[in-house]
Amino acid sequence: MREHSSSTCTWQSAAYSHTNGHECPKCPTALHHRFANSTHQLSHFLGVPEAGKCAEQRSCSHAHCKAHHETHLYSVKAAGLRLPIRAHGHRHLKKKGQYPHRFTALSNRLAAPCLRQPGPASGACRDGPEGAGTAALCPARAMLLWRRLAALRGQRAPRRLRAGGPGPGLGLGSESGPGPGPGPGPGKAVVRQSPCPRRDIPLLLPAPDRSFPSLFPSERTSDGGGAPRPLYMDVQATTPLDPRVLDSMLPYLTAYYGNPHSRTHAYGWESEAAMENARRQVANLIGADSREIIFTSGATESNNMAIKGVARFYKSRKKHIITTQTEHKCVLDSCRSLETEGFRITYLPVKKNGLIDLKELEAAFQPDTSLVSVMTVNNEIGVKQPIHDIGEICRAHKVFFHTDAAQAIGKIPMDVNNMKIDLMSISGHKIYGPKGVGALYVRRRPRVRLEPLQSGGGQERGLRSGTVPTPLAVGLGAACEVAQQEMEYDHKRISQLAERLVTKIMSEVPDVVMNGDQKDRYPGCINLSFAYVEGESLLMALKDVALSSGSACTSASLEPSYVLRAIGTDEDLAHSSIRFGIGRFTTEEEVDYTVQKCIQHVKRLREMSPLWEMVQDGIDLKSIKWTQH
Amino acid sequence: MAASSRVQVLRLYRALLRESQRFSSYNYRTYAIRRIRDAFRENKNIADSEKIEELLNKAKANLEVIQRQVCLFLSFL
Repeated sequence: MREHSSSTCTWQSAAYSHTNGHECPKCPTALHHRFANSTHQLSHFLGVPEAGKCAEQRSCSHAHCKAHHETHLYSVKAAGLRLPIRAHGHRHLKKKGQYPHRFTALSNRLAAPCLRQPGPASGACRDGPEGAGTAALCPARAMLLWRRLAALRGQRAPRRLRAGGPGPGLGLGSESGPGPGPGPGPGKAVVRQSPCPRRDIPLLLPAPDRSFPSLFPSERTSDGGGAPRPLYMDVQATTPLDPRVLDSMLPYLTAYYGNPHSRTHAYGWESEAAMENARRQVANLIGADSREIIFTSGATESNNMAIKGVARFYKSRKKHIITTQTEHKCVLDSCRSLETEGFRITYLPVKKNGLIDLKELEAAFQPDTSLVSVMTVNNEIGVKQPIHDIGEICRAHKVFFHTDAAQAIGKIPMDVNNMKIDLMSISGHKIYGPKGVGALYVRRRPRVRLEPLQSGGGQERGLRSGTVPTPLAVGLGAACEVAQQEMEYDHKRISQLAERLVTKIMSEVPDVVMNGDQKDRYPGCINLSFAYVEGESLLMALKDVALSSGSACTSASLEPSYVLRAIGTDEDLAHSSIRFGIGRFTTEEEVDYTVQKCIQHVKRLREMSPLWEMVQDGIDLKSIKWTQH
Repeated sequence: MAASSRVQVLRLYRALLRESQRFSSYNYRTYAIRRIRDAFRENKNIADSEKIEELLNKAKANLEVIQRQVCLFLSFL
């Protein structure tokens, strides 16, 4: 990434006044506003502030070639913004009576400072059309940087703010060599004390200012002037990588890249050693033997393997499977596909608190039941099923017991022998590990037989052929080991934070229902229904907190979650549910902020709600006869 | 022996905290600082020198992890 060495618009050096409104007479105002807005909007609409930055950075690094101009166009189009494309070209400048050759001359002046070193690209900018196009880009980019700096200045006074006023030594037009040594280029707002030996890596991101600790330090903004990144309170969807896990994965992503199944050379041997170590780490977490762990691509694949594999292997004699109504979509969908193959599935209902009734489970057993599948901790409401008891019952009936432990593993102690579990699905990215890897525990004593879903070279005991992705497997192993060490500490902390969140919300706001059992739950997953408030509007109002109203895999549809329907929530309450996730990296300030915003917006939305008014007046909503239009 | 190990422990503690302050991600930074403080506080009263040695080695390894990760974050984010 090459640094843009003139953050100030060159117009400034030419002593034109330069405000945010961009009254610079030489720059066509419309052009700038549209362009500036586009990058600004990009960051908003794409939801990834980096998007705007990337487009801009791309423009920096390849300075003035047409290709990058096109790239920006593409990103604007991709954002679905209906910006006049002409804003990025030069033809409309012609219309305004400004001639390309004038811009060519100006672009010559612009080109040099815009590049760190005069490269061949700068030569290209001397061409007419490109020059005019880039003339359009340069001041606009400068404008964006100016806005960013203005925002930074507004935030706090950074120690070494160089850009912002017409720097005396900026040598526009004349200075085209690299900036002063390892110091900051004029484009940077704050000097970064880089620990890395490569001090010349310029970074457009302002360094976080740690002398002013705040809830939203500047590192939250990716471009200084754009929107800060939201707080992450959706750990049931996925979790960030623990730095220790990433550290363990890196050697296998860079230096030790061998295929673990290569038997003949050191690359293979070291990779295999790492994979086996990871297997041992995963097994230790659940009290299993390392030969019983199969690496897969995630919990979805593990669930599919377990359910379809067991069912199909024993299909000559056993044709019945028992599962629950609150299972993950992949389990329910696997069962549905088995139904088309001729199996019978019993979907056990759950009680109002989300737990299954053990008597119903007992009653559901048939002589030809091959498998029972019940998830340990539900990803939407956080309830913890009585796995011990279910395991006992299944053992008594000699039926295999599969559990989807993706949300439970590493958070609550699991032991496959105590709990009499025969098959268990593990997901990497729910326990601060990498995405794209999971594991399946398959018991060896007594042996559980599976029909493999994926055929191939017979890797992973023949049950899951395919090269095991060593870095991901190592990451999963490291995540499991870290989780084992941190389980107690994390659990205590998360329980405290969850208690804090729920108590605060419930005390301030009436008519809030917690979905799922109050006691038999994992504390880090809290699903609250706010009556008389629409869930989507609350989520949109809480735009600086990343939350969800239900599981990620069902969030695309407009229907309320089937889990909430299964526990018997009313339609309207189901629509107004929000799931708060508290994880290892969640801080108290984040919880307090979320609570405060949530209370504020719930109150505001209720003020606007006519239903709430009616309730306040004492009308019973259920007794109302809504007219048909 | 005890005196030097105390100095060593304190030096490591300060180095760990200093290094964690340089994380550019809010969540990682606060987690690292909190966890380091709590871990040292928890192991404050251990007398067994072997255990202390083991914990110190773990702390040193963690310090290296933090250093590498901080550098990585600064390079990419």
